[in-house]
Amino acid sequence: MGAPDYSIPGSVAPRPASEAVSDAAPQSVAGAARTVAAVLAESQVEAVLDELERDLVGLAPVKQRIRDIAALLVIDKLRMNLGLQAETPSLHMSFTGNPGTGKTTVALRMAEILHRLGYVRKGHLVAVTRDDLVGQYIGHTAPKTREVLKKAMGGVLFIDEAYYLYRPENERDYGQEAIEILLQVMENQRDDLVVILAGYKDRMDTFFKSNPGMSSRIAHHLDFPNYSVDELQQIAQRMLAQRHYHFGAGADAVFRDYLERRIRQPHFANARSVRNALDRARLRQASRLFAERERELSQDDLTTLLPADLLGSRVFADTQP
Amino acid sequence: MMTNPTGRLTQGQFSFLPDLTDAEINLQIEYGLRRGYAWSIEYTDDPHPRNTFWEMYGMPMFDLRDAAGVMLELRNCRKTFPHHYIRLVAFDSTRGIESITMSFIVNRPPSEPGFGLQRQEGPGRTLRYTLTPYATARPEGERY
Repeated sequence: MGAPDYSIPGSVAPRPASEAVSDAAPQSVAGAARTVAAVLAESQVEAVLDELERDLVGLAPVKQRIRDIAALLVIDKLRMNLGLQAETPSLHMSFTGNPGTGKTTVALRMAEILHRLGYVRKGHLVAVTRDDLVGQYIGHTAPKTREVLKKAMGGVLFIDEAYYLYRPENERDYGQEAIEILLQVMENQRDDLVVILAGYKDRMDTFFKSNPGMSSRIAHHLDFPNYSVDELQQIAQRMLAQRHYHFGAGADAVFRDYLERRIRQPHFANARSVRNALDRARLRQASRLFAERERELSQDDLTTLLPADLLGSRVFADTQP
Repeated sequence: MMTNPTGRLTQGQFSFLPDLTDAEINLQIEYGLRRGYAWSIEYTDDPHPRNTFWEMYGMPMFDLRDAAGVMLELRNCRKTFPHHYIRLVAFDSTRGIESITMSFIVNRPPSEPGFGLQRQEGPGRTLRYTLTPYATARPEGERY
């Protein structure tokens, strides 16, 4: 591409390309943060970490790991300010855990933390599943995957139930193509986007076993533990408070009993099951109030869930205490 | 060279300026994305000013948040068509506007021969003028 053979009045001669590149390099060492406190104050990442601590019940190992990652990023930032190592660390992660253990919620917070520290430029989260990446006929997959990747650039790409991408039983499955494109971008454009894979523990383990390239490109494997009954009860309290409900006298103990029975049943999905149980309790409360046509309902009536609303659940009928 | 005084094609924005560097292109894309425009990439080897229909390189990129996605496609396009004209086009989908709001050339052939002016004599002393790009004398794909 030739430079024009004229000049604009009042301008200097066009700069050679190499000069322009050095202009775009990170700011000079002078005036850059030198202490952990300075980086934290600059990025306000501590606020997000505190929020994480406050808003999410339990998940102690996950929170610890996120603190570790944040600490590493802060120290890396300081090293970079001293010109020690400018290479972006690999930040791709895998979240494994049972359903309803908070993988998506934590991924959203992760995007925020990475954004505050300046490792992703925009800090948005694009959540996709197999359907958004894999096409239906030959030549459909690559553009589809690339489009999703382009949308996620500058932010975090969250692939839910990532193990579905690889279907070993069908050797002509297009999922493999999506994985290859994903791997390529994960490797070459590490500073443009962060990929988080999520799924159930055992299935993700087989997924990584059959895709060693994927496993080796993911630096952080986070395992989300199941919630205990106490934690689930705390979660229930917060969900109710958010929707302006509360447990009436005795309902607390009944709900605990409900949880202990429900955990033993199949398809228990932690916080999601709690939410569903509360939704059904709200239904029963609504029809209980609906039956009393002539009664004048106070605010307390409308916001209280009584033990009867919970005891109506199928779980109590099907199981022994 | 009356028809080609600068020795280069001047169409769209910034075409009288020195070629934008990648960093500058990046800033322009960011500006467009902040305004909610959808970028797309087009290429051609027919530089006639009335040729408004350039070929699309891939689909228009809606819902992007960061310029890196557009730059990725631009790099691919430059690799595929190193000697074509390539331009970036921003589409504003706001109701009532729904049209192209930005457009600038980001890749040029190494040499741009310009246009030939043909005069056709009509009835009386009428003269009709036609611009013909020298490059289009050769078939598509072999022009630059």
